[in-house]
Amino acid sequence: MPEQPMLQYLWIVPLLPLLGSAINGLFGSKWPNKYVSAVAITSTGLSFLCALEAVREFVIDRHGELFHREFFTWITAGNFRAGFDLQMDQLTVVMLLVVTGVGWLIHIYSTGYMAHEGGYYRFFSYLNLFMFFMLILVLAANYVLLFVGWEGVGLSSYLLIGFWFLKKSASDAGKKAFIVNRIGDFGFMLGMFLLFRAFHTLDFQTLFDAQHAAGWAVEPFGQFGTLTIAGLLLFMGATGKSAQLPLYVWLPDAMEGPTPVSALIHAATMVTAGVYVVARSHLLFTHSGTALVVVGTVGCATAFFAATIGLVQTDIKKVLAYSTVSQLGYMFLACGVGAFTAGIFHLMTHAFFKALLFLAAGSVIHAMGGEQEMPKMGGLRSKIKWTYATMFIATLAIAGIPPLAGFFSKDAILHAAYVREGGRHPLYFVGLLTALLTAFYMFRLIFLTFNGKPRYDEHKVHVHESPWSMLSPLVVLAILSAIGGLLAAPALLGIGPDYFANFLAPVFGGALEAAGAATEAATHQLEWILAGVAFGTALIGFAVAYWLYLRNPRKPDDLAKSMKPVYTTLLNKYYVDELYAALVVRPLLWLSTNVFWKAVDVGGIDGTVNGVAHGTAAIGDGVRHSQSGNTRSYAVWVVAGAIVVLAVIFFWPGAGKTILGLVR
Amino acid sequence: MVPTNYYVILSAILFGLGVFAFIFKRNVITIFMSIELMLNAVNLAFVAFSQALGKLDGQVFVLFVIVVAAAEAAVGLGIIILIARNRQTLNVERVDLLKL
Repeated sequence: MPEQPMLQYLWIVPLLPLLGSAINGLFGSKWPNKYVSAVAITSTGLSFLCALEAVREFVIDRHGELFHREFFTWITAGNFRAGFDLQMDQLTVVMLLVVTGVGWLIHIYSTGYMAHEGGYYRFFSYLNLFMFFMLILVLAANYVLLFVGWEGVGLSSYLLIGFWFLKKSASDAGKKAFIVNRIGDFGFMLGMFLLFRAFHTLDFQTLFDAQHAAGWAVEPFGQFGTLTIAGLLLFMGATGKSAQLPLYVWLPDAMEGPTPVSALIHAATMVTAGVYVVARSHLLFTHSGTALVVVGTVGCATAFFAATIGLVQTDIKKVLAYSTVSQLGYMFLACGVGAFTAGIFHLMTHAFFKALLFLAAGSVIHAMGGEQEMPKMGGLRSKIKWTYATMFIATLAIAGIPPLAGFFSKDAILHAAYVREGGRHPLYFVGLLTALLTAFYMFRLIFLTFNGKPRYDEHKVHVHESPWSMLSPLVVLAILSAIGGLLAAPALLGIGPDYFANFLAPVFGGALEAAGAATEAATHQLEWILAGVAFGTALIGFAVAYWLYLRNPRKPDDLAKSMKPVYTTLLNKYYVDELYAALVVRPLLWLSTNVFWKAVDVGGIDGTVNGVAHGTAAIGDGVRHSQSGNTRSYAVWVVAGAIVVLAVIFFWPGAGKTILGLVR
Repeated sequence: MVPTNYYVILSAILFGLGVFAFIFKRNVITIFMSIELMLNAVNLAFVAFSQALGKLDGQVFVLFVIVVAAAEAAVGLGIIILIARNRQTLNVERVDLLKL
């Protein structure tokens, strides 16, 4: 038995879901549902257990020392090597546990949610495939392997968004997600190329080695050196995958997929891959003033922008989708001020409460028999108690009510934004405003769905609580959402360290100094003030939602009428989709139709091929008249041919030898 | 001794006659005979060269050509009889079903 057996065989962790995917994909079509779900749950569950064991070995046996192993070489060309290398450090631990743990819970939930859907085996095959690629992404030890996972999760996302592919909106949404991500991936690849050109390696360990990075000069704001450009290109990939401005448009549409998919891929795991990449490459960003400012600004702008859209949406999943975009913006805001720990902390807590929100929303939709429009719900509180209770906890968590998880992580981000920025704190104030909006739209969602009078036809819709296969993941996630933030609590209370930050310190330890961020003497008092302000803001959001949607249910409509331009703009999502359609989609479509299709393809390529064919036919048509059917005319041709050959041999010196030579 | 040239010239004349008859005659049997004439013109040339060069290769060839000609005569006459039976004619101009 080798030491640390699980780490030595770390490839088992991603391989298990792949096996599950293959088994279900190949044989599942003929199996009853319970076999399919058994395979899916077992493979991810075992993967989760293996991950736990690997983490135990990493934390206890290795005392948190970086684990890195090259399993086999995949590509070598010159001095370029890309291998199937896996690594584990503290950042990987967080991601690994979130992905396998939340992923497993969502698999369990899906067995209940998808029970009455066609293509059961297909769904679980795709879902397991997603788990495989996501684990490759977080375990990869170099950018190339990470990119394999990165593209793979994109593929799984496409397959699952378009799961109900007979519905045109679903298949369109899948394509949109894939194509928009392609733009980001383009930047990501260019970033990789640039890094390789500059440093001749894409291994994280070599690239971000402390001594290696020590030689890098910090590029101040406005200077575009290699590190800045590489960082910005990688961030471009992150904006695609993590749905940030200007590439966020695919995520709201991705809600066409089944709800567990929205929870797993488009809330908890895949969309956080961008944040993970930025955190993994944090040394690039801390060495570049420009890249940090861009990341922070884009994140902050996205957070605010998406939150405002979320205020007026009526589809329960759309609200959560914009909320996800907004919370991802928060994570980038944290990265942008150099507080990578806070960003990853929020990533983790967000994975808990946002997965819970989506799953609970799925439970609501399930209870309503497929209805997603909140104006047609209402008064569900007493009918689906467990769903209501868990969803309420998640709402408290995301709104930032202490002592739930979201409060601590959001507070960490806002605190970092306030302290690190210095000066007038624009990022802090926009972030705070976003927190207010977040609390408001989340409580609006709760009040519209669960409180008030039923607005659906009670004779047609038989509201029923979901089965326990769906409720038990909700309960587990609710517990995690409630206590997930307590790791950071002792620091706030002043009775101990921030355990989460301490745990991640080996990864991000050097980041803070390199950022050149003059840490103001952040007194404990300031922390308390900021936490209080954040809590107050959340309460204001709650109060406004309470006043508008519970006390004066008519008021929102009046408000919408009195502020019609603003309301319609928000309802139509700032017309961004229309803008993109006019600026990008339609010109491209015109160019493709009229130039590439009609001129180049039909005219040029088909024209050449058809032209050759027509020419050949025309020549044949002319020559066929020599085929007269008259035997004697054939004889004339033979004789004429013989005479020509003889004439050539006689009158062209050397021709005879040439011809004989050819014959021989 | 007769010079080789004479044989070769005679062979060329016979071959030319065969070609002309092949092209201008309409009767299948005549055309068939003109082919035989051409074959034998070639045979004459072979034998003449064989004699002139003092080698036997040419005469061996001639034996082969005679064998082929005999086989051809058997097959060819069979075809001609079939044509005559089916089409009631031996005029080659009217045997043109392969025409496009």
